[in-house]
Amino acid sequence: MKTGAAILIESLKEEGVEIIFGYPGGAVLPIYDELYDAELTHILVRHEQAAVHAADGYARASGRVGVCLSTSGPGACNLISGIATANMDSVPIVALTGQVPTGMLGNDAFQESDITGITLPITKHNYLVKDARDIKMTVKAAFYIAGTGRNGPVLIDLPKDVLTAKVAAEEVLSGEPELRGYKPTLKGHSKQIKKALELIYNAKKPVIYAGGGVIAAGASEEMVRLAELFCLPVTTTLMGLGAIPAVHPLNLGMLGMHGTEYANYAVSESDLLIAIGARFDDRVTGKLSHFATHAKIIHIDIDPAEIGKNVNPDVPIVGDAKSVLADMICLAEKKGCISEPWLEQVKLWRKNHPLRVVNDGKVHPQNIIRKLSELLDGGGIIVSEVGQNQMWTAQHYGFKKPRQWISSGGLGTMGYGFPAAIGAWFAKPDETVVVIAGDGSFQMNIQELATVAQYKVPVKIVILNNMYLGMVRQWQELFYDRRYSYTELPSVDFVGIAKAYGIQGMRVDSVDQIDEALRTALDYDGPYLLDFQIERGENVYPMVPAGAAISEMIGKHNHNGGSDT
Amino acid sequence: MKQHIISVLVENKAGVLARVAGLFSRRGFNIESLAVGTCETPGMSRITIVVIGDDMHIEQVKKQLNKLIDVIKITDITEKEHVERELAMIKVHAEPGSQRSEVMQIAGIFRAKIIDVGAQTLVLEITGDSEKIFAMESLLRPYGVLELVRTGRVALQRGSSGSALRQ
Ligand SMILES: Cc1ncc(C[n+]2csc(CCOP(=O)(O)OP(=O)(O)O)c2C)c(N)n1
Repeated sequence: MKTGAAILIESLKEEGVEIIFGYPGGAVLPIYDELYDAELTHILVRHEQAAVHAADGYARASGRVGVCLSTSGPGACNLISGIATANMDSVPIVALTGQVPTGMLGNDAFQESDITGITLPITKHNYLVKDARDIKMTVKAAFYIAGTGRNGPVLIDLPKDVLTAKVAAEEVLSGEPELRGYKPTLKGHSKQIKKALELIYNAKKPVIYAGGGVIAAGASEEMVRLAELFCLPVTTTLMGLGAIPAVHPLNLGMLGMHGTEYANYAVSESDLLIAIGARFDDRVTGKLSHFATHAKIIHIDIDPAEIGKNVNPDVPIVGDAKSVLADMICLAEKKGCISEPWLEQVKLWRKNHPLRVVNDGKVHPQNIIRKLSELLDGGGIIVSEVGQNQMWTAQHYGFKKPRQWISSGGLGTMGYGFPAAIGAWFAKPDETVVVIAGDGSFQMNIQELATVAQYKVPVKIVILNNMYLGMVRQWQELFYDRRYSYTELPSVDFVGIAKAYGIQGMRVDSVDQIDEALRTALDYDGPYLLDFQIERGENVYPMVPAGAAISEMIGKHNHNGGSDT
Repeated sequence: MKQHIISVLVENKAGVLARVAGLFSRRGFNIESLAVGTCETPGMSRITIVVIGDDMHIEQVKKQLNKLIDVIKITDITEKEHVERELAMIKVHAEPGSQRSEVMQIAGIFRAKIIDVGAQTLVLEITGDSEKIFAMESLLRPYGVLELVRTGRVALQRGSSGSALRQ
């Protein structure tokens, strides 16, 4: 006879789970009791939101399914932002939650919440397990659903009596879960693929627009090969950064609201847009009716619901990006550059409208990111918080590879970065993991300094401290007449706080300290916090105002000036 | 904006209806009618949803429905030849005497059944399309409709090209 909790742990191990991020409570005591001597690492975070973000960071860095665990009621509710974050960015996680005993379900019992009901719209799927015999099959199904097709979060709610119930080994349901309604299409339709190739052969101004789907599918290599085959310039979304090396001659960087001028010009002028694993998000397209108006559109996506959602493509291809792109390369008849003049034009834009940085002796965030990129040679795992810090990092870090850049794209969750960085390090302990944070975002999960200290997680914390909720302040400056309503943050002694947790840190006030400070942090054997006092009024430019066309950027000629728009 | 009749084959599991209905409400759709019941295959149910919306929105909803793990198959039968029925029970005020016989006459014309007789009331059962139910209801109104309940519309495609599983 085995308890439900024991079956759960066994099932997780069978799925190859090595690490769980969690926080205990009454409803999950049976699981914690099993964990006490299980050969499974459990990381005790200091807030359940950090557990789910860490599982998410682990998943993004490794490409595997991340796992988090919380108790019922308040614990489960603390997972919500993290589950929604993973859902928006299609990250495979399995969230395990405790629940009151089945006999009390629906009674408003102590620490009860209808977590399957609450998470219905933000999970790929969820389960309430009512019988211990179903645990193994449910876990199997959950991991399969989370990590196949369009990845996403799956939640399993486990009532306490199900966890304590004793079941004979032969009664445990096993085998392959029956999922009649779930059959992701992986292979692209060959007729559509041929049609897409025809469009490419005939294009004069083609652009690839690559999203996070390229990275999720492990299709970066194929994408770059296709681009090279026909000399197709590539722009990526925030989620797609790293799909093509920053220094690749065909790379145009990010497009959209804070995209590069040249990417936005190229997309606006293009006559063929090849969207791969990207969803035409409004932060990318700007005013939709003005987006790539001259372009025919090929849309490759594993999720049929993404196709035609915002933009009606000329050639829709449902399938796994890796498989579709491999087929495209295989079936390609013509080879070689299809349009030299277009490449020249794009190169000219890139030369004439670079992202600008100033070297005026002040501490500018762009320079910090560039220096970091230089010191790490474009390597490491770079995690960001949300806001200006996120955009500066996206613009200026020279990513080389997929799964190097971890950031909350779809939901834009402040407080995501720090715990996600912890999860990422557990996935890739040999990598240098850096979290780039705003002083606002960092304070949303600052308690995780305790986790970092306890487990000696050597993440490097880079705070770009402007004593503002910077990105919101930027909008207030530009669109609300500089009425800085509740966006000013008082100065915080971050180094002192770090020290209180037993973590080393340094405050940086002047430009000549930047290099030295970054080196110190990177060389230090352990976690390290850097508190950069950056120019307070610095803005992220260029910028497409909400609702404008992406070719209508502001702040093009003085990217660092702040208020000259 | 037009009416769509969507037939959804789902796993017969707890919470499936909430998942399906939730997708409509999230997008601000008003569900005109919704009927659920088990169907020809054990372990599955068929949901018939009538909803009003423009074609593009409905297309999105269908794709989103298809993403639900418990949804097995979706058929939009609006444009296909189909038969449609709804059942209603109407409790109408009918004093013994001429009033009652008038109500019984109306019932006869509509081929409705009288399924309960009270001291001052009759309960009628009627099946048909929405117009028929509506027509009978309006004829009964003057007598005093005390309670009315409808099952929601169910629909099936005609002929052999059913919406059943073909795998
Ligand atoms: C949980 C959450 N609350 C509010 C917001 C809205 N928001 C977006 S950016 C931002 C400011 C971020 O400030 P900070 O972390 O200091 O970073 P900065 O922009 O200064 O780099 C806010 C409040 C959000 N994205 N997430």
